[in-house]
Amino acid sequence: MDVLKKVPVREQNAKERAENFEEVCLGYNKEEAMEEAARCINCKNAQCIKGCPVAINIPGFIEKVKEGDIEAAYQVISESSALPAVCGRVCPQESQCEGKCIRGIKGEPISIGKLERFVADWASENGIKPHGAEAKNGKKVAVIGSGPAGLTCAGDLAKLGYDVTIFEALHEAGGVLVYGIPEFRLPKTKVVAKEIENVKSLGVKIETNVVVGKSVTIDELMDEEGFDAVFIGSGAGLPKFMGIPGEQSNGVFSANEYLTRSNLMKAFDENGTTPIMRGKKVAVVGGGNVAMDAARTALRLGAEVHIVYRRSEEELPARVEEVHHAKEEGIIFDLLTNPVEILSDEKGWVTGIKCIRMELGEPDDSGRRRPVEVPGSEFTIDVDTVIMSLGTSPNPLISSTTEGLEVNKWKCIVADEEYGRTSKEGVYAGGDAVTGAATVILAMGAGKAGAKGIDEYLKNK
Amino acid sequence: MYRILEAKELTSNIYYMVVEAKRVAKACQPGQFVIVRTDENSERIPLTICDYDREKGTITIVFQVVGAGTEVMAHLGEGDAFHDFVGPLGCPSDLVKEDVEDLKKKSILFVAGGVGTAPVYPQVKWLHERGIAADVIVGAKTKDLLILEKEMASVAGNLYVTTDDGSYGRSGMVTQTITDLVNEGKHYDVCIAIGPMIMMKFVCKLTKELNIPTVVSLNPIMVDGTGMCGACRVTVGGKVKFACVDGPEFDGHQVNFDEAMQRQQIYKTAEGRAFLAAKEGNTHHGGCGNCGGND
Repeated sequence: MDVLKKVPVREQNAKERAENFEEVCLGYNKEEAMEEAARCINCKNAQCIKGCPVAINIPGFIEKVKEGDIEAAYQVISESSALPAVCGRVCPQESQCEGKCIRGIKGEPISIGKLERFVADWASENGIKPHGAEAKNGKKVAVIGSGPAGLTCAGDLAKLGYDVTIFEALHEAGGVLVYGIPEFRLPKTKVVAKEIENVKSLGVKIETNVVVGKSVTIDELMDEEGFDAVFIGSGAGLPKFMGIPGEQSNGVFSANEYLTRSNLMKAFDENGTTPIMRGKKVAVVGGGNVAMDAARTALRLGAEVHIVYRRSEEELPARVEEVHHAKEEGIIFDLLTNPVEILSDEKGWVTGIKCIRMELGEPDDSGRRRPVEVPGSEFTIDVDTVIMSLGTSPNPLISSTTEGLEVNKWKCIVADEEYGRTSKEGVYAGGDAVTGAATVILAMGAGKAGAKGIDEYLKNK
Repeated sequence: MYRILEAKELTSNIYYMVVEAKRVAKACQPGQFVIVRTDENSERIPLTICDYDREKGTITIVFQVVGAGTEVMAHLGEGDAFHDFVGPLGCPSDLVKEDVEDLKKKSILFVAGGVGTAPVYPQVKWLHERGIAADVIVGAKTKDLLILEKEMASVAGNLYVTTDDGSYGRSGMVTQTITDLVNEGKHYDVCIAIGPMIMMKFVCKLTKELNIPTVVSLNPIMVDGTGMCGACRVTVGGKVKFACVDGPEFDGHQVNFDEAMQRQQIYKTAEGRAFLAAKEGNTHHGGCGNCGGND
């Protein structure tokens, strides 16, 4: 065994998996996990914990894995995280815990994500549940949204004895974990549903089909339904489009729509009744994780898929692992390429996407080199489907119906980072509704902060 | 689960149901809609609200069978339940935001086409309850497809029924009746037209000539209905709007109807196949020569 290298994780073969929706990464077994855990040097001043937005005691749980006591490892993790099986799969560990790992200075960091995943899956298979509160404190908290921020906030508050109800707008709990992230990256029944069951086992109630801002307002929840505090974790909002000609053509979708049809509505599955456009040649515009998810979904639905991204590979915002997987599966990357028009036939169906080549100029505000058009370099890619994955802008349903809730110039809810406090008393917020589109784990961190803020507020009230 | 307290077929292929949905009934306003699912694999089906009873906590829906999802719904009866029933979605009608005294000074015309009569009813009723009598034109293809005539008559100022084939009431399209009324000397300050996209397009064309500001209610393809997916985007006044959060009502003279009608076709083939499968089981194998079967 080479201590400088991670114990490799088993994956589904790229060719096979390109045609199915089964999970790509197969994860460690116990022997592999113990072998990988043995590489951890259990630093006194553990940097990895500082890299974790929910501050899991990483050396602590790895120590237990080393000893083979997986149940104990699980309890260490669940002190800090409500969704370890999710995080072990979708966190960008390379820029967080693993990015800070001392082992990573010389050689590869500890495979913290894969170890977390193993521990969570093992606990789930063996029916181990997180420890709940010993007694209820009689105070009621409403959590809006059952995505990563809401589930984390609800789980933490329930552990502290609060009576928590989550209100979910869709018909199923999970937020982006069920509508956004595909099955092959995050299995819904095996992983997401079980994590939600764990949160419910702490005493959290979930009411689906409630659109806060429409079905009921925050003020009504507090004044009429007796909630002492509210956490808003309503997520990101309306999909952005480019504003180029032809974008309203038939065959142009937002990544949100495409992924929601496939993931939440199960259009990929034969039992699903919601239709999805099964294009033959698909262009996905954008370079983030959502773009990779849309591209890999389209590929599995039988298409030749092009990622069209205006900067170079170095600037791709998606996780390295996702880009690597996408390439392995045969996604074509058209980099330094920007769409200028979507072409359609006389009946309005997409026939192609006209693009222009780009080159990188001086760095912009984001520190990345600004892409500039190469004059006269227009060309057309023949496609029948275009998926726009350009991010989202905040949903106005809550901010426009809640008196005294401050939003910033991007219409995101204003909340402080440490406690998630908003401008309205008793109302806390976190996740994409506050920051704009970010990651699952950052939303979880914000959910944790919100739970801390609500606990402080209600303890002193 | 959301129990169905009453269910009946109003006329060939158009159904009426009263459903228990307390939160929706408490919060809804005329102009808004709901999304329903019949079972755990069901599509999300957007439907307009036809009536509501805040005390009983019920919502009345009226729908036409147009595809597999509504075909399944049509088989539900009293005592059955919807798996999901969410709302109210969309913005309330502009009318309910206006000052009642101002409204009383206005001459209001509603134009309802086919199953679009259902969402017109709560608006006319809302005005009626505030002592405002609006004129209502209800158009149907033929006598057998006319719905809610009695209910509408009880809340409308004047009710004008017209059928395309002349089998009942006046004869011809709703646009003919509008023209006739204006020629008879009627004046309208505002028109609210709800019905098939093609009807709304031609009503708007006419009312633009007649200089009557016109509001339409659009029913584009939707998935979540809460502003997340962008499937329902329509172009209004050259700007892209989401019908679920910005609408469903828009200034009819600004709507790009041709584009909206084109976008409604996106899943027609897939929906058609699913509809046949729901109606006939696995019998359809491409024999029609049009679609290639269920491959």
